[in-house]
Amino acid sequence: MPPAAPRSGDAIFASVERVNAELFTLTYGAIVRQLLTDLEEVEEVNKQLDQMGYNIGIRLIDEFLAKSNVSRCVDFKETAEVIAKVGFKMFLGVTASVTNWDADGTCCSIVLDDNPLVDFVELPDTCQGLYYCNILSGVIRGALEMVSMKTEVTWIRDMLRGDDAYELQVKLLNQVPEEYPYKDDE
Amino acid sequence: MQFFGGSEISPSPSVPTTTGNNAHMIYVFNRNGVCLLYREWNRPLHTLNPQQDHKLMFGLLFSLKSLTAKMDPTSAEKGNLGVPQLPGQGCSFHSFRTNTYKLSFMETPSGIKFILVTNPRSGDLRETLMYIYNLYVEYVAKNPLYTPGTPIRCELFNTALDQYVRSIP
Repeated sequence: MPPAAPRSGDAIFASVERVNAELFTLTYGAIVRQLLTDLEEVEEVNKQLDQMGYNIGIRLIDEFLAKSNVSRCVDFKETAEVIAKVGFKMFLGVTASVTNWDADGTCCSIVLDDNPLVDFVELPDTCQGLYYCNILSGVIRGALEMVSMKTEVTWIRDMLRGDDAYELQVKLLNQVPEEYPYKDDE
Repeated sequence: MQFFGGSEISPSPSVPTTTGNNAHMIYVFNRNGVCLLYREWNRPLHTLNPQQDHKLMFGLLFSLKSLTAKMDPTSAEKGNLGVPQLPGQGCSFHSFRTNTYKLSFMETPSGIKFILVTNPRSGDLRETLMYIYNLYVEYVAKNPLYTPGTPIRCELFNTALDQYVRSIP
């Protein structure tokens, strides 16, 4: 029997166990709040959120691959499409779109239609440098690193800072192919 | 692919076990060659110590993957033999069978490799391996006490795996 075909984001989102959206949003808000209290520096909090996202991403990739059955993406364009259409849909239930490709095909923007993490959130004046959703950039970076792509993910537009949408820039730095890990000493 | 003879297991065909367990053993490797899991249910002959056995298995698969990718008659671009490939890129073999066992292999794009050795009459085990991958995700990837890249020490995973493997035809 040939292996099953890749599944769409909607189909998987319907079949996985889901948690209440408000619970999710409020839990995330509590985490950020606590980080701000513990670390005090907004830059430190940004870094910590990115690191947490990275740790999530390296595990999340396996769940994504197992549930969605996608085979290896041929190039970075396909990767970005899969992240936006299947990945975001499957885990957050939101659709995203990919825009702004540069000439090389190594840098693109993912625009989120809506962002469940930021419901009910307002940034006070003391936290203006905070990237509230920085965990998402860590998740994407971690997940792509486990499929041999080193990337840099930054926020271009953030509605909490006054822009009109959520836009992430994903830039592919290089692809790291697999090498034989054992040295030839035996 | 079918290879005849030349395996290190004893030449007489294995007798089906009375426990009804048709699988012999399973290996799980990550992309760095670390053996995350090795379980055996039915292995009458051990020839190497575990470290060498794991290295041999990993090396065998690495070479086989490389060979099958380079020999692919349908693919346009081919590097030289031995040039590293991205996991999942190019064609990849999924099983080989000898007169005494069948080895089924699955590699995920994230570099996790599943190897299942069963009796030679087994059919296509790709869906089985996919199911085992899902078990891995549920019990290991989502386990907060597990550090990625280290051997799996998770009782629930072992139990679920044993139970599932018992049901493979």
